[in-house]
Amino acid sequence: MSSQNLTQQDSSQIVSDEMIAIAKKQRVQDFFFHRVTQAFSLLVLVALMGIIISLFINAWPTFERFGFHFLWHVEWDIINEDFGAAIAIVGTVASASIALLIAVPLAFGVAVFLTETCPVWLRRPLGTAIELLAAVPSIIYGMFGLFVFAPLFADHLQVPLQNVLGGMPVVGFLFGGATNGMGILAAGIVLAFMVLPFVAAVMRDVFEITPPILRESAYGLGCTTWEVVRKVVLPYTQKGVIGGIMLGLGRALGETMAVTFVIGNANRMPTSLFSPGTSIASVLANEFGEAEALHFSTLFALGFLLFVITFVVLAMAKVMILRAEKAKGN
Amino acid sequence: MNTKRTFIKSVVAAAFATLAMGSAFAADITGAGATFPFPIYAKWAEGYKAATGNGLNYQSIGSSGGIRQIKAKTVTFGATDAPLSGEDLDKEGLVQFPAIIGGTVPVVNLEGFKPGELRVTGPVLADMFLGKIANWNDPKIAALNPGKKLPDQAITVVHRADGSGTTFNFTDYLNSVSKDWADKVGKGAAVKWPASTSVGGKGNEGVAANVNRVKGAVGYVEYAYVKKNNMTFMQLQNADGKYVAPDDLTFAAAAAGADWLKVPGMGVSMVNAKGANSWPISTASFILMYKQPTDKVAAAEALKFFDWAFMNGKKMAQDLDYVALPDSLTTQIRAKVWTQIQK
Repeated sequence: MSSQNLTQQDSSQIVSDEMIAIAKKQRVQDFFFHRVTQAFSLLVLVALMGIIISLFINAWPTFERFGFHFLWHVEWDIINEDFGAAIAIVGTVASASIALLIAVPLAFGVAVFLTETCPVWLRRPLGTAIELLAAVPSIIYGMFGLFVFAPLFADHLQVPLQNVLGGMPVVGFLFGGATNGMGILAAGIVLAFMVLPFVAAVMRDVFEITPPILRESAYGLGCTTWEVVRKVVLPYTQKGVIGGIMLGLGRALGETMAVTFVIGNANRMPTSLFSPGTSIASVLANEFGEAEALHFSTLFALGFLLFVITFVVLAMAKVMILRAEKAKGN
Repeated sequence: MNTKRTFIKSVVAAAFATLAMGSAFAADITGAGATFPFPIYAKWAEGYKAATGNGLNYQSIGSSGGIRQIKAKTVTFGATDAPLSGEDLDKEGLVQFPAIIGGTVPVVNLEGFKPGELRVTGPVLADMFLGKIANWNDPKIAALNPGKKLPDQAITVVHRADGSGTTFNFTDYLNSVSKDWADKVGKGAAVKWPASTSVGGKGNEGVAANVNRVKGAVGYVEYAYVKKNNMTFMQLQNADGKYVAPDDLTFAAAAAGADWLKVPGMGVSMVNAKGANSWPISTASFILMYKQPTDKVAAAEALKFFDWAFMNGKKMAQDLDYVALPDSLTTQIRAKVWTQIQK
């Protein structure tokens, strides 16, 4: 009896020894795995901080010289070294806003069609096509904008718009100026093309997370498709939709090549929708090659400002998406 | 086992051999800078490689970039369209010499005008770019073009959006012919364009595309782009009061009149050069090298390259619509500039 107990104890001892050895080994592996992945993710943070710090250090001579005045100073005179960010900020924000004004309603329509009224067999190919459109390199949009869109825009949109709206009080000034196919509005429209698939894809994804039971109940009560979208789907996905729009805005703000091709690259404050202007990203792309001294650090300062603007936009989007996910969980 | 060891041995041997060869070829020439002479430097490099087996790695990152890179000593030579002053050269211990000559050409998109039919003077061109002449039917333009019908068409100024040696050359010219321009704008690789209609295009091709597309546009591009795109160039009045068209002969005429040794670092501005046949916006592009290079072998190789290019590269320059330096000038460069570089 006692000997039997002993052997049992022994065997259990052996098993537990082996188990401990394995567990130890696994713990070591886990430890290293944990540390390595942690190091990888820290690397991202380090890179991010490094970018911010190096941008700021390089931009410091400009911030030191112009102070906060730099933000609203309307001047870009390279020879006399007098710089202000206002022209580029206005161009960036105006073109991105126009892009969203055009792209968001269109994207909404696309997403509603895809999730509510589209025949099932068409959903996948159409959805994939939209995702592919989002993957077209921006330089392609730029070339399309300059060589195809701008001439059509000048003759068939700018001229009629100017003729019809140019003489109107209050808004008439928006349609003044030369009709050469380039400018803030042209850049906004090309950006809208770029942002549209992006926003549409996010909207479709969030519309799809609406529980079918809610939708079906609404239909069961005799709601029309529009009523379902307006009263059920949109309230349910509101925050995700806003998040998607913000992501589109982030892309529009930072877009470089497509904008550079059509915005006109003039360092003047735009006075109408047809005026050529410039955006932060296109100033950076254009002027780094020949920039020296204060001009050089001013470009870094613009880069820093763009970083701040984009960061704020993306952070807001992230927060909104998180909230939307929480809402869905509840 | 044995074969494996032999294999490893041979790999190690090969690695050492590559390293040894690498150091032998460490003299591969590196240069960076101006975009304007890039096509001809690339062509010369191709020819030089075929002739000698030695390569040139030239990065066309822009003149200011070239100056930055040579000062940082990351390249054997820097290239710039805007010459450095004698003081700057002395301060850095650099030498400077011209390597190639070309021209900047004002171009238009104007109904009823073929290439070379429109004539302007420097001050009128400056007024167009200042925005003071805003329509093609302005009497100042008409006075220079008797018998031609100028359309009632707004002038759209097209300029380079990116900083560029071409812009430096063009504004250098406007600066020298128009007091108004000198007071209000000045010269530089990028300037504050005063005309309210002005738009920027990226690169020579961007300017060319915009000028060809926008009716009533006026812009400026390097000569090669005028030929390539068959653009409507203007005839300009030169310092002698003659109207000339841009081509290799008028560029060469401008170069012939320049007194290269008068200015330290040979940084002669050829704009508005004297001579009945001189194209007024002819320009040289310059090379910067250290008098006491850190890598003497590489510096010597770079000089060999330019020596070869000066002797054998004339036809290539002509093919690409540049003008090679006259022999009298290259002799002076060899004797007076290259001798300063320590070998």
